[in-house]
Order: sequence, then structure tokens, then C-alpha cells
Amino acid sequence: MSADHMTTQLDAPLSETTRTVTVVSWKTAGVLLSVTVLYALLLVAVPHSGDTRFLLSQRSDFFQIPVIVVPAVAFAWVCGAILLAVTAAVVVLTARGTRTPLWLVSLFVLAGLTGFLAWAGAGSPRDLSIVGLLGGAVLWSVPFVYGALGGVIGERAGVVNIAIEAQLLGAAFTAAVVSSITGSALAGLVAAVVAGALVSLVLGLFAITYHVNQVIVGVVLNVLVVGLTSFLYSQVLVPAAETLNSTTRFSAIPIPILSDIPVLGPVLFRQPALIYLMFIAVPAVWYALNRTKWGLRLRAVGEHPKAADTVGIDVVRTRYNAVLVAGAVAGLGGAFYTTVQLSQFGENMTGGAGYIALAAVIFGKWDPIRAAFAGLLFGFASNLQNVLSVVGSPVPSQFMLMIPYVVTLLAVAGLVGRSRPPAASGEPYIKG
Amino acid sequence: MRLELRGITKRFGALVANDHIDLVVQPGEIHSLLGENGAGKSTLMNVLYGLYDADEGEILLDDVVQEFAGPGDAMAAGIGMVHQHFMLVPVFTVAENVMLGHEQTRGGGRLDLEAARAQVHEISARFGFHVDPDAVVEDLPVGVQQRVEIIKALSRNADVLVFDEPTAVLTPQETDELMAIMRQLRDEGSAIVFITHKLREVREVADRITVIRHGKVVGEALPTASDAELASLMVGRSVELRVHKDAPTLHDNGLKVRDLVVTSESGTVVVDNVTFEVRGGEVLVIAGVQGNGQTELTEALLGLEPDVSGSITLDGKELVGRSVRHILDEGVGFVPEDRTLDGLIGEFTIAENLMLDRSDGPPFVKGGALQLGYRDQFAEEKVAEFDVRTQGITTPVGRLSGGNQQKVVLARELSRDLRLFVAAQPTRGVDVGSIEFIHKRIVATRDAGVPVVVVSTELDEAVALADRIMVMYRGTVVGVVPADTPRDVLGLMMAGISPEEAKGRGEVA
Repeated sequence: MSADHMTTQLDAPLSETTRTVTVVSWKTAGVLLSVTVLYALLLVAVPHSGDTRFLLSQRSDFFQIPVIVVPAVAFAWVCGAILLAVTAAVVVLTARGTRTPLWLVSLFVLAGLTGFLAWAGAGSPRDLSIVGLLGGAVLWSVPFVYGALGGVIGERAGVVNIAIEAQLLGAAFTAAVVSSITGSALAGLVAAVVAGALVSLVLGLFAITYHVNQVIVGVVLNVLVVGLTSFLYSQVLVPAAETLNSTTRFSAIPIPILSDIPVLGPVLFRQPALIYLMFIAVPAVWYALNRTKWGLRLRAVGEHPKAADTVGIDVVRTRYNAVLVAGAVAGLGGAFYTTVQLSQFGENMTGGAGYIALAAVIFGKWDPIRAAFAGLLFGFASNLQNVLSVVGSPVPSQFMLMIPYVVTLLAVAGLVGRSRPPAASGEPYIKG
Repeated sequence: MRLELRGITKRFGALVANDHIDLVVQPGEIHSLLGENGAGKSTLMNVLYGLYDADEGEILLDDVVQEFAGPGDAMAAGIGMVHQHFMLVPVFTVAENVMLGHEQTRGGGRLDLEAARAQVHEISARFGFHVDPDAVVEDLPVGVQQRVEIIKALSRNADVLVFDEPTAVLTPQETDELMAIMRQLRDEGSAIVFITHKLREVREVADRITVIRHGKVVGEALPTASDAELASLMVGRSVELRVHKDAPTLHDNGLKVRDLVVTSESGTVVVDNVTFEVRGGEVLVIAGVQGNGQTELTEALLGLEPDVSGSITLDGKELVGRSVRHILDEGVGFVPEDRTLDGLIGEFTIAENLMLDRSDGPPFVKGGALQLGYRDQFAEEKVAEFDVRTQGITTPVGRLSGGNQQKVVLARELSRDLRLFVAAQPTRGVDVGSIEFIHKRIVATRDAGVPVVVVSTELDEAVALADRIMVMYRGTVVGVVPADTPRDVLGLMMAGISPEEAKGRGEVA
């Protein structure tokens, strides 16, 4: 032990913090590089020619923005150059031990998307509607956002809500039947909430009361609800489609003045009520979790259930409460399928949206607002395939169908960064 | 408030954890509950706190029989508990932890954090705590976290306060401060139950002492009783508190660690530029409060840490970057800190656990097949040699007591030809009888010429076993000092104060 080491110790007070070094993670750089290479390969392998027309305004707007026409290939390559530049910057930053700032990743995503859109829409006589792209993204994100909120609420209380898929599908089915019978979309919505909560009750019974592994219960529930709704669909709904499976849908309610703002207006303020409710639900869930007694206790049982128990909080009841609320919120997302998107239930119509919502929970680091934005991103990816098929993109539709899942995978694997789940997530609480 | 326990009995299956225990604690009194690990102290307190239902017996407060369905009831009745493993939510702030369970709210269901902050300030001021209500608990030193636990109990107007092994995680100085707090609480009229197995602390602070052994009250004592009297009451026979060892005979072989840096996954430098040397035939004890890098240092010696720089040489051979298998083959014996987690497979039998590290060849395995005869013969020998108290070698290790489990680990690690022996917390959670045995084996290993590294957070053990003591603080080495260094100097070193300054302060005091 050297002498100068001793002297530094002399001055070291108790409050001195432990030395840390920045841990360099090459994940982000790796993902960006792969995407850049894929992008370049696409441009080289499938050459295009012609112009792409970006449509921004709608007729009802306050003022009109002219259609933007760009030479597709050149524009796509310019975007490609930006991708390369960002990737290089991230590599340099990572080598220096600096974390990648969010704005660089955002720039990357924006450049990549615009370039891809320009390339895909090249030579198409139709306009590529930005409003359609973004407005559709908001719509498509509805089940993801509600599902993710349900996931966040459950997991913050210590119960992993793998059953989001089951909650969405069960709710979609119930909403279809109830709305068809009553002729009221609102009744369907209420029924969807109840259905989501019921799925949660089963999850709670096994996961909380009987301490069964939560992942297994969740997956089994997902499979069970697929089977159950498919059976009921073919045996009950199909023979009586007129009465049981033709729903009344929520119609879009334009908000005066706001809905006439160019681009933003139709994207955000010309939507059905379920979407407005989502705009309120996201901050409301954040507030409830972080600023109320209910949220404090919920988070306590998710982080350290025994500590909660020793201050007189009923862990089991708190967890049931959280899981039921989670199911109800996810149920709202399920109602989207049959009271907003389509006017009938279809077999397995959620198609894995619950799993994407689960990814949004992780991508959003268990925070309702971040998770909602993650849901929005995945919604955008889902909508992309629709828009491109309308424009007449040369990309095979089967490939386009993969986009939301690939985006989810890249986002969760490469861009999540350091995050910490609730400490007792997935742990059953056994007293004593 | 006067607390009385009458005939409390608690059974877990066939095991009687508490057998008709009677206890009276008067207001304004510190009543110490003394007993070994596993004597039933914590079970008793969990019954008192409503976490367990007693099978028989009753709890009285001021002569009124109480029924506790859960901790909420116990708290409402005025019982507060400072748990051994803090019952604090690490990611919450101090104020949030204090208010949890009895939150005040304002309009819109909003938490009234102001009220909680004010309460933390008020209680802090009363006891001179200096606790920031907005600090996140996991960022606080353990000593401060414990104060948060105390504030939590006091914020609910607890008249009976239970301290469950409160000094296990504290430096000697923090322990002194805690005892001052306990005295102040007593003088304000609280009834205090102080659970511990440390004799020194009991004699220092207790007004009355009740000793528990195998779930029964075996006697009462006054704080004037000697260590030896208390120890024999606690263990049930006279015990040797000192470790007998001769002056070390040093050899030239040994372990050399140079500029060792271990970084955790999150980037914290947990072992910071550590350099030391242990020669054959001596015991180096690494002392320090739990969590100052000792665990990571020993794991680095065995090659378990992924991010290590610097050099570790054993008899001249470099070990950094080598596989665990290679390091074991170099003759390193390793007793991990947590035997149930890292040392043993609870469901496996004693015989299977004894051969865990030698499943890759003869004599235990031939042609891919286990040599069951050899395995069992080996196990029988080791069980006899290490005095493992068991019904047989086919008993699953998980069913043994802590002391006997540790003997199995020791038997496995000491039955190879060793050139280095590393034991982390070898006597934690071990009964006094087994401690004596384990200490003897460690000294015997040293006397055989093997360099020995022992990690201990118990100052008594460090002083008893060591030829030299190395104190670690926040990943760095504070100093390496002889074993006869005064306790208060070691205590100050454990708080990060250099040996020179610590000695200076010791003389002033």
C-alpha cells in the first residue's frame, strides 16, 4: 500500500461516494449499424426511380400546405447518409464512454423512416398522406397503449401481466357481443372493461393466491382465451352474425377549432372518444401511481412486499386491486378492435398485440408515459404496412407484416438502455 | 407501556421454535433477549409483531390481552420494530417510507408529502439524526437507513420498541451511537426489547437480560454478569471464547494481489486498486462493514468476477483471466459467503455435496459413471473427520443446521491439496459449538503452511483469528495492521479513517 494512498484516505469523509466508471454498451451502436446496412442493401438491391409526393394538408385545414415532391432515390440516399453519420457519431461517443443521447436516436429513426417512405413511394401516382400515416399510427397504438398501461399497473404491483393478450382478446370479443345486442358502443366498452378484469381475476387467483409462476399462468391464459373465443366465435357468433356480431362503433368526434390545425388537427383531434380517453388515461395512470396513496401502496408491494406487510398493508388485497384495474384498463384497449376498428369480431383478431404491449412496458421502463410513447411507436410501425400497401409499395406484403415485430425486437433489445424492473415483479408473496 | 408475553408457543411442524416463553418488559427499561442463531428470538418477535400466529399463549400490553391479526394491529397497539433486514422500500424516499401504511392525503387523493417531511424533521431533531426526508433510501448508508426505521416506528407513536439484531450491519462507532439512541428512548419512557447474540453489547446497554436456548427461556441475568457466564448460559455448556494459536511460521510461498480493480456490471468500482500479500502459514483477516468490497474481492480470487484488472499471483502463477476450474486446480479452497446460495445444493445429499467440485474424473467418476462406492466411503470419512452431526450421508444438506452445513462446505474445500484457502464469513449463522470447531480447522490449515484469507465483519472473530488484519472501506484498503491493534482503532478504520489518524484519535479519547 503506497503512502499517497494513505493520505487520500485521510481526507475521505464517510459521505464520500464510491468511485464509478461508465460501463460502455455497444448494443445501441450495433443496432444502428445493422439498420444502416440493411437500409443501404435495400436501396441497392431494389432500385427505384421517380418522384415521391408527400401530402401534408387536408382540405378542411385553416391553410393549405402544398404537396411536397422529392426525387425519391436521391432523397433516400441523403437520408442514408444521415443514418451513416449518426451511426458513426454513436460509435465515436460509445468508444469515448459517453451514453448515446436520445436526440441522436430520434434523428436516426426520423431519417430512416422518411428515407424509407420516399423510396417505397417512388414513382407512385398517389400522394403519400402524412396525416393518414400519423393519424393511423395513433389509432393503431390504442390497444398497445391501453395494454401497456395495464402491464405497467400490474407489474408495478409485483404481478407480471403476461395475460395482456388474453385481456385484449377477451375484451374485444365481449365488446362485440354486447355492443351488437344493445346497439350501444358504450355498453360494449363497459362490457370490455368487465371482461378484462375477469381475465385478471383468474390471473390473480393463480398468481397471487396460489403462487403459481406468473409467466406460465399468463401464457396459459393467453392460449385459453384464444381457444375460448375461437370456439364461441365459430359456434355462436358465425351462425347469428346479424344479431351477435355486427357492432355499433364509436364515431369520430372532431373537436371544434383544434381539429382544423393542419397535420396535428386530424391526427389528434378528429378521433373517436376511446382515443380521447386514452389521452386522459396515460397522465391519469401516471398521477395515480406516483402521487396518490393507492399508487404508493401499489408500488410498495411491487418493490418490497414484506416491508409493506410490516406496516400493515394487505399485500394480497393490494395486488388483487392492482391486477383488476390493470385488466380493466387493458380491456379498454380490447374494445378498440370491435367498437372502433371493425364492426365485427374475428378469430384471434388481436394477433399478438398483447405481447407488443408487453414489450412497450419494458421499452417504457415501467413508466406509464414512456410506455405510452413506446406503444405509439409500435402503432406507427403497424400502420406503416397499411399506408405502404395503399401507396403501392414494391415491398412484399408478407415482409411488411413483420415490421411491427421487428421494430419491437430492435427497440427492446438494442435501445432500452439501463432499466430496472420493480424489485418484486414476478415474485409471489408468501407470508413468514 | 408494559409488555408481557405469557406462555408463547410456536411450532413449525415438528419443530418447536418457541416453547412456553414468558417475558416482561417494563416501560423505561432495556430488556435484552440473548440467544444463539436459531434459538427462537426472531420467531418470538414475529409473533409479537403479528407476523406469525402463536399456537399458544398471549400477549398483554398494560395487562390487557391483545389479538394481533397482522402487523397493522401490533402497530396500532403501540409496538414498533426495527428489523434486522430493514423493512424499507429501497427506491422510495425517506418521507415515503415513513408515511407508508398511514398516509395522509389532501384533495384529489394526493399524498401529503409535506406532512410526512415535517414529521421526519421533527423526530430527527429530537434525536439529532440529520436525516433528509427527500433522500432515496437505497442511496443512504446503512446506519442512516436504520435511523429511518427508528423514525418509522416513532412516527406511529410506538411505546414498545423491538430492535432485532440491530448492530449486525453497523461499524463499532455506529453501534455506540445506536446504543445512545436506545438509552435516550428508554429515558423517555419506552419499553425496549433488544435482540442480539453479541455479549459485549448486552452488557453495555441492557437493564435486564433474558437468555433463550432451543426455544426456551433458560435463565435471566444482570448486565454485571461476565462474558463467560452469559456465553455458557446461551450455549448450555462452558465455551472457549478465545482461539488458541501459536505464533505463525511464515513460508515463502503465498498469494500476491497487485492493483486489483473489480468493476460491477453497473460501473461501480467495487474493489479499488487493492494490493496485499499473504504468505504461507499466516491468516490475513479482511475486516470491514458488510458491502465494502470484501465479497467481490474474494470472488475475484476464485475467478468469479467478470470485470477484473490487475494481478493475482499464487506461488508465482497468474490467476487473473483464468477459469474457475483452472483456479480450483491450482489448489484454491473457497468457502463462499452464503453457503445456502453458493456453497451447497440444499436438495442434494451430504455425499453428493462433498463431491460437487470433483465430478470431472477419477476417483469419483470413471468412464462417465459416478463411483458411488467411493463417493459414500469418502463422505463417511469426511462426516466423521469434520464432526457433521447428521443421521447419515444420504441426508439432504438443506435439512442440516447452519453449523453442520458449514462443516460440509469446509470438509469439501479442505480435502483437496490446498495452496490457498479463502473463507468468507465462515461462521455467520453458525452455533457457538461449530464456531469453535471451524476456527480450529482454519488455524490448523494455517499451521500446515497454507496462506489463509478470512473475510469477517465481526471484529471479535477478526481479532481472534488474524495474524494481520486488512480493513476495507468502499472498495479500498484502509490499512493492514497487526492483530493486536486496539478495537477502537479498528472501528475507526472500518469507517474509512487511516490507521495513523485512528491511532491519534484513540489516544485523545
